[in-house]
Amino acid sequence: MNASLEKEIAAGRERLDAHIREMVRWHFNPDTGCEFWLNYARKLDFDPREAIRSYDDLKKLGHFQDEWLRGGPVRKWLPKGLEGQPLCVFETGGSTGVPKTRININDFRVDYEAFGDQLSDEGFPKGSDWLMLGPTGPRRLRLAIEHLAQYRGGMCFFVDLDPRWVNNLVKRQAWQEMDAYKDHVINQAMKIMGAHPNIKCLFTTPKLLDALSQRCPVEKLGFTGIFCGGTEMTAQFNRFVREELAPGIDFVPTYGNTLMGLAVAKPYEPADNYAIIYYPPLPRAVFEIVNPDNLDETVPYGATGRVLLTTLTKEFFMPRFAERDEGERAAPCKRFPWDGVSNLGLLSSLKTSVVVGVY
Amino acid sequence: MLRLPILRGGKPYHSLDAIQLKHVGTGETVALVSQANAGLIARDLILNARHNRQVLAQRSVSDLVAISRRAAELFMTGRLPMGDVVQGPDEFVAIQSATTGVPRSLCHRNMEKIRHVLAEMERILMGLTRGLDLSVLDEGWNGNAARPVSYLSQADMLGAVLPSNSPGVHALWLPAVALKVPLVLRPGRQEPWTPYRIIQAFLAAGCPPEALSFYPSDYAGATEILSRCHRSLFFGDAATVKPWLHDRRIELHGPGKSKVLLAPDQISRWEDHVEIMAASIADNGGRSCVNASGVWVGGKAPGLAEALARKLAAIEPLPLDHPEARLAAFADASVARRISEFIDNHLQVPGAEDLTAPYYKDGRVVEMDGLGFLRPTLIRCTDPEHALASSELLFPFAAYVEVPPAELLERIGPTLVGTVLTGDDRFAGAAMECRHIERLNLGSIPTGKVSWDQPHEGNLFELLYHRRAFQNPASAASDAA
Repeated sequence: MNASLEKEIAAGRERLDAHIREMVRWHFNPDTGCEFWLNYARKLDFDPREAIRSYDDLKKLGHFQDEWLRGGPVRKWLPKGLEGQPLCVFETGGSTGVPKTRININDFRVDYEAFGDQLSDEGFPKGSDWLMLGPTGPRRLRLAIEHLAQYRGGMCFFVDLDPRWVNNLVKRQAWQEMDAYKDHVINQAMKIMGAHPNIKCLFTTPKLLDALSQRCPVEKLGFTGIFCGGTEMTAQFNRFVREELAPGIDFVPTYGNTLMGLAVAKPYEPADNYAIIYYPPLPRAVFEIVNPDNLDETVPYGATGRVLLTTLTKEFFMPRFAERDEGERAAPCKRFPWDGVSNLGLLSSLKTSVVVGVY
Repeated sequence: MLRLPILRGGKPYHSLDAIQLKHVGTGETVALVSQANAGLIARDLILNARHNRQVLAQRSVSDLVAISRRAAELFMTGRLPMGDVVQGPDEFVAIQSATTGVPRSLCHRNMEKIRHVLAEMERILMGLTRGLDLSVLDEGWNGNAARPVSYLSQADMLGAVLPSNSPGVHALWLPAVALKVPLVLRPGRQEPWTPYRIIQAFLAAGCPPEALSFYPSDYAGATEILSRCHRSLFFGDAATVKPWLHDRRIELHGPGKSKVLLAPDQISRWEDHVEIMAASIADNGGRSCVNASGVWVGGKAPGLAEALARKLAAIEPLPLDHPEARLAAFADASVARRISEFIDNHLQVPGAEDLTAPYYKDGRVVEMDGLGFLRPTLIRCTDPEHALASSELLFPFAAYVEVPPAELLERIGPTLVGTVLTGDDRFAGAAMECRHIERLNLGSIPTGKVSWDQPHEGNLFELLYHRRAFQNPASAASDAA
């Protein structure tokens, strides 16, 4: 690792620690924090505002439990410092029981604007319109993609896919019904694409991208850029898209969910052999790749571990949540001088019990 | 380490997704098998199916039969590519046995089944088509014949989602090439070897590569094949095949529940039939759908069950390379233990008794050289409704059931192969009428003895071709006259 990258890594770490001190002061301040964290602090034998000075100190708070996000009252998560502002509530997929909910005010806009700034103007021309082909409903994606389109000067057309219904079909192994539903969704996309030539940018999921390209070559539909996310993607899928499904089209894989912002992938380099390496939007979110049997132990670079996710915004504080995903710890790079993760997939121990990637 | 690619219309493609195949005994990784993503399979099938079919259909049936005949010898004796290495038959058998747990002696026997079907392709096509002039498949109809006959292909490709448990079943899809329908194969996870070697034998024999695709994949890939191929064969357990039960494009090969039936007139001569019963249960490791999972007797046959149990119990687990080995091993010994526990749990319900248990001092499960084996097991079910009376398990396991003579053919339930032992014409006539039995072996024929021109489950020609009405001016004029 060269000296300048080392310097940038150290600077990034200092920025993160400063941001953590600011967020802890906000969330544990009786005037600005939310009911949940203020109650939580009362059970501690220390004041987080004094004791937590860095990322490593977050261990003192233990691990965030996603069960806390299931059910209500949802407003226990609303920081007092943000009361009175228009609220959104977003839900996760619901593949592991009652959906988790997260309130949101402006975070999704900030996250997607930061992401939008990284898109190329060639692939995602400013002023062009978008098609969002994927799960809308109670998810963040619905508003986030529309905001992204608006932020880049366009507007967004929508075709919805209900992943909970797809989940139901998968559980029933109703494959013919699944095909009919998929056709129904793709038919709508084809109609929209036939009628609106200014649509150049697509957001969709890996399976819907497959389904769309099976109906018509993607380049013939007029897309110049594809932003793909919503579920896991393998290196093989990345290669398949770049070589066969959409050669020459700007393909941007992402990893994100309602609980964090949006992690972008390192731009494609042949040396990576199509591995998709995601970097979180530091300091708003942090990945740590840890030993699944000891969540306090970070694995070495290149080793596989469980993803520990920390979200640090004024709207939401989620320290060291153990995601259901595992991946390889990726080293910092010039563009992202902090840890990333590659080869993401469902945690091995969950592989038989959870239906994922249904859309 | 051996790397096995996907074959896309015969062309190798190494995926970035690969699974490790391990030696069942040592746990050593012996191969990396490329995995096809579902989208890749779908794209190939959408873009290439019609073209691939046209390429194959240009060849005459007689040409393709000759290719099959050449492929037979190449498969049996040739040195053929296996991914990035070249294997002779012994190396092929060694790696197949290593990942499936099937004894090498049985692997060799299964090779012979496949060789036989390839070599005898013309006779097998005659059987499948019931003597059709095969030039009909070249010309579309039978040319100058006084009575026009025309067959229309129903499929640009035959999908086959294949099992790992019995390499012999691959013989079922072999005639597709000679019937001019390209193959789209999704091999069983532990046994990609046989389909791959068959493809290489076909290629070396001159078969157009477009006719041969090989897509190791997960269940999503298998679903893509079943959804997109116009006709498919699907091997799987009852739960796996259930969603496709009513899809007429797909021929399902689920559990066989095959049986040997001893008619009342033969009870006094039961000693003559013990050999056939034991062979039906235990041949080929007892893993196939044509192995008997029940011996049903029309009356009381004192001593028969005990004699059969004694004969089965004499089959010992042996190392996989032992020439006398007859039992297959489980790669994961815990699977063998779970199957054994399943039996023991059901034995708690009154109406069933393990007749082989007294022969096994150390229990039904044997662990040897890192492998798990299950010893042959015979359960006497005094209650024909007992769960074990209709169970089918992946080793030599059978229920012994005695029922009143008049109820025998009524109570057996679905039976893929029924060997009916009788000398009574009236009983034989009733067996001919028994709708429970798919393939009827009338007489002393083990359930596992397959006549490939009369497949025990479905008929590939009938799956792939439809007879249609056809007339041209000549035939119309002849009708008018």
